[in-house]
Amino acid sequence: MNRPAQQRHIKDTRHEAALFRSRVIVGFALIVLGLVALLARFYWLQVVQHREFTTRAQQNRVHLRHLPPPRGLIYDRNGVLLAENVPAFRLEVVPERVKDMDAMLQQLAAVVPLSADDVTQFRQALKQHRSFQSVPLRFSLDETDIARFAVNRWRFPGVDVVPYLTRRYPLGRYFAHVVGYVGRIDADDLDHKDEERYAGTTHIGKSGIERYYESLLHGDPGYELVEVNADQRPLRVLERHAPHPGRSVYLTIDARLQKAAMDALGDRAGAVVAIDPRNGEVLAMVSNPGFDPNLFVNGISQSDYDALMRDPAKPFLDRALRGVYPPGSTMKPFIGLGGLELGLRRPEDTVLSTGVYYLPGDSRGYRDDDRNGSGRVDLRLAIGHSVNTYFYMLAHDMGIDRLSRWMAKFGFGAPTGIDLAGEASGVLPSREWKRARFGKPWFPGETVIAGIGQGFWAVTPLQLANALATLADRGVGHVPHLLMATRDGIHAHPEAVPPPPPSPGVIADAGNWRAVEQGMLAVVYGDRGTARGLGDGFPYAIAGKTGTAERYSRTTSAYDNHADLQALAQRHRALFIAFTPADAPRIAVAVVVDQGAWGGTTAAPIARQVLDGWLATQPHAEAATASSGARP
Amino acid sequence: MISALRARLHRFLLRTMTRPRLDPPLIGALLLLAVVGLVTLYSAGDENVSLVMGQGLRFALGGALLVLASRLPPSLLRSWTPWFYLFSIALLVLVAVAGEGRGANRWLDLHVLRFQPSELLKLSVPMMVAWYLHPRQLPPRWRDLVAVAVIVAVPAVLIARQPDLGTALLVAAAGTFALFLSGLQWWRIGLVLGTLVAALPVAWHFLHDYQRQRVLMLLDPSSDPLGSGWHIIQSKIAVGSGGLLGKGWHQGTQSRLEFLPEHTTDFIFAVFAEEFGLIGVTLLIALYAFIVGRSLWIAMQARDTYSRLLGGAIAMSFFVYVLVNGGMITGILPVVGVPLPLVSYGGTSAVSLLAGFGVLMSAYAHRKLLDR
Repeated sequence: MNRPAQQRHIKDTRHEAALFRSRVIVGFALIVLGLVALLARFYWLQVVQHREFTTRAQQNRVHLRHLPPPRGLIYDRNGVLLAENVPAFRLEVVPERVKDMDAMLQQLAAVVPLSADDVTQFRQALKQHRSFQSVPLRFSLDETDIARFAVNRWRFPGVDVVPYLTRRYPLGRYFAHVVGYVGRIDADDLDHKDEERYAGTTHIGKSGIERYYESLLHGDPGYELVEVNADQRPLRVLERHAPHPGRSVYLTIDARLQKAAMDALGDRAGAVVAIDPRNGEVLAMVSNPGFDPNLFVNGISQSDYDALMRDPAKPFLDRALRGVYPPGSTMKPFIGLGGLELGLRRPEDTVLSTGVYYLPGDSRGYRDDDRNGSGRVDLRLAIGHSVNTYFYMLAHDMGIDRLSRWMAKFGFGAPTGIDLAGEASGVLPSREWKRARFGKPWFPGETVIAGIGQGFWAVTPLQLANALATLADRGVGHVPHLLMATRDGIHAHPEAVPPPPPSPGVIADAGNWRAVEQGMLAVVYGDRGTARGLGDGFPYAIAGKTGTAERYSRTTSAYDNHADLQALAQRHRALFIAFTPADAPRIAVAVVVDQGAWGGTTAAPIARQVLDGWLATQPHAEAATASSGARP
Repeated sequence: MISALRARLHRFLLRTMTRPRLDPPLIGALLLLAVVGLVTLYSAGDENVSLVMGQGLRFALGGALLVLASRLPPSLLRSWTPWFYLFSIALLVLVAVAGEGRGANRWLDLHVLRFQPSELLKLSVPMMVAWYLHPRQLPPRWRDLVAVAVIVAVPAVLIARQPDLGTALLVAAAGTFALFLSGLQWWRIGLVLGTLVAALPVAWHFLHDYQRQRVLMLLDPSSDPLGSGWHIIQSKIAVGSGGLLGKGWHQGTQSRLEFLPEHTTDFIFAVFAEEFGLIGVTLLIALYAFIVGRSLWIAMQARDTYSRLLGGAIAMSFFVYVLVNGGMITGILPVVGVPLPLVSYGGTSAVSLLAGFGVLMSAYAHRKLLDR
């Protein structure tokens, strides 16, 4: 401390070593002291208090039991139940308490029927289970099973009947794709989920809304302290902290419309999507054929699963969300509007249709539907009669870059952003897309057929409905969504979920919009409209557009050789899009049929049935007085 | 050519035998401890072989690092020290920005492996303190004290904010030990300690709720038998019911029946105490005491200040891990999440501990010639 000044600058290593040595000795003394103190503590617990702790260990029969939260319910917009929880019973096994698992299963099967699938899944679950946690063996026991087991219970230590809530979908196949289903948690789910929150939970949302809103629907688990006997069977509940149930959700879908759409498709494979253009609420979203989601809840049997997988109609494919289709002529109103908005055409400009169109300097012909041509047509007739030549020329004038930039404004080529997982993007034809996909340059002929929705085009029914809704709302886009409201607990009021904000409008001139609307009205009400007669008896004006997309190019001769409808149906996809009331649209529908002869004959009547279904859901008084809107 | 190689080999063997680079007693003790750790882990982890294999693999990695570090001359280690320190601080900052973990940002995901940079600091902080004190005249003065305080506080605060109070305190302790061993005068120590005690209420203010709760829990575990208290109560039952001789390997009901939480990591000592009793605990603590004692002895033989301070700090912090973990599972210290060295399951801790012993071995391999 008070060293002479000259020593300050010299390191005295010998002194430092000695200092270090003395500090190490002090330090080691402290260490020994600490360890002795620790040992004394162990002595206190393990010797002095040993008897008391042994008793407590033996009496340590208080088990912490996790209580899974009841899952939130799913309703349609009017409160129709789409997914509910129903009480059920299942058999659970604590593997540690079973001496001979094979013998036990064999004897148990004589008391309660066990399917091969039950046993297989149980054995799989056994591999993942945590010690002294029970493993479910059979779900959905009926009363006979329970009674028979109760009598024989003494023979099966470690096996018990446990009540639980199982998921049920009352409207089954109508909502198989949208609502989805829950299934037993498997190894894949274990990676993503929060272990604390899922302690005690056996099921998790696997698809559709059940999956997308899993975190809303699941809720927070509770726990209870249970006193158990020496066999680990619970004797009484000491303390209970109730779980917090998951939030119930209200969908924007109207179950009546959903049913009407599914029934309208009948036995045709296809999809229907209906959207409220004013806000993007999805009113119906159907993919046909569906399947019974209830099969999946407690583990689908291998034979049921195989049957569904082998079905050539592909019931698992959600056509509305993931099915990609060539949109065909349904693109014409959009492209026609583009021609007006980009200043390439005025509504009254006419084009001469001769039945075939040639690119300048090219001998390859592009056909019209009417082989003799439709004569001089303006935009209204071009849309109303679906005249290809008008759009061949327009697309050629527009060029692919402007065309794809314009169509991108309606959401083509990108997911719509709906609240469901796994949406397909489809294909918006563009130079960049083709180079990225095929590494090849763009050819002018490809622009021409892109003008009528053929070629590389691929859209999902949802994208089509969404684009139509944007068009119907005069160019203002709303992200399509399914969640309308949520509710906390059974007795609370639903809280509305604010819809996503609308995008800025894409149409600059309202006159242009009206010109396209006139064309779409001509489809339904024109003398030679491709869906004429469709609006008969409907109180509102319907604006629509047919589409018939092919797998073969119009330039091939195969087109001429198969004129009969049966053969056409094999090659065609029939489409129809419509919105109504035309002057103030409240619903926009897209119908896509996998195999249909023509959009006008196959898809349009389905759309009409959907619109009739929608009309039935509208307030009665309104429907009766609205006849003024019919037939402009 | 061949004869030259043979001569080299001969020289190498001769040198290895006359002046082994690894201290056999310390290596033997560490090996024994690793075996005890794996055996306990096998029982605590429900006979999960892959768990034990994984831990064994980490021991192997740590062992390799140990051998590697022991070959580096202390002067080289010393010249790398500031860079190593800055590197580990940078990782801490990275974790704060891009880390992941359950409720706390402690982990860095390197795709191949995930690790806790805070474990690295247990080594780099005492290294940095030793590096700083090495050229100074000892005992250190106030100026040095301030510098060391900065070296220690920066990483400690970063870790405490993760939040991981336990590791932050241990990192701070490792740096402080180096300072203590450098011969900081007792009156200064007293003054600093006094100030710290006075500052405790302020620190309390900055603790997270769950950290406060754990400290409060210690005072009265029964006040929250389900939350933090559950850990302490069940751990004490495990230890107490083990008795003098223990229930035997694999026979610990507390962990088998899942009463004991975290029984492969922070609370593995309780499993050990339950299964091997006070006899086992005494032997294990004796083993730890031997390792610490031998390490301090090696530190005393070291040639320069840097090696001495670093070796001593490594040895003393090793002891602190044991003391804090033991105190935690017997309910005299708060549950702060400190693993039992080389016994608890966990990779980064085992690897960094063994690397630390490698640094110690380096000091041993390059010890003073006078003593021979």
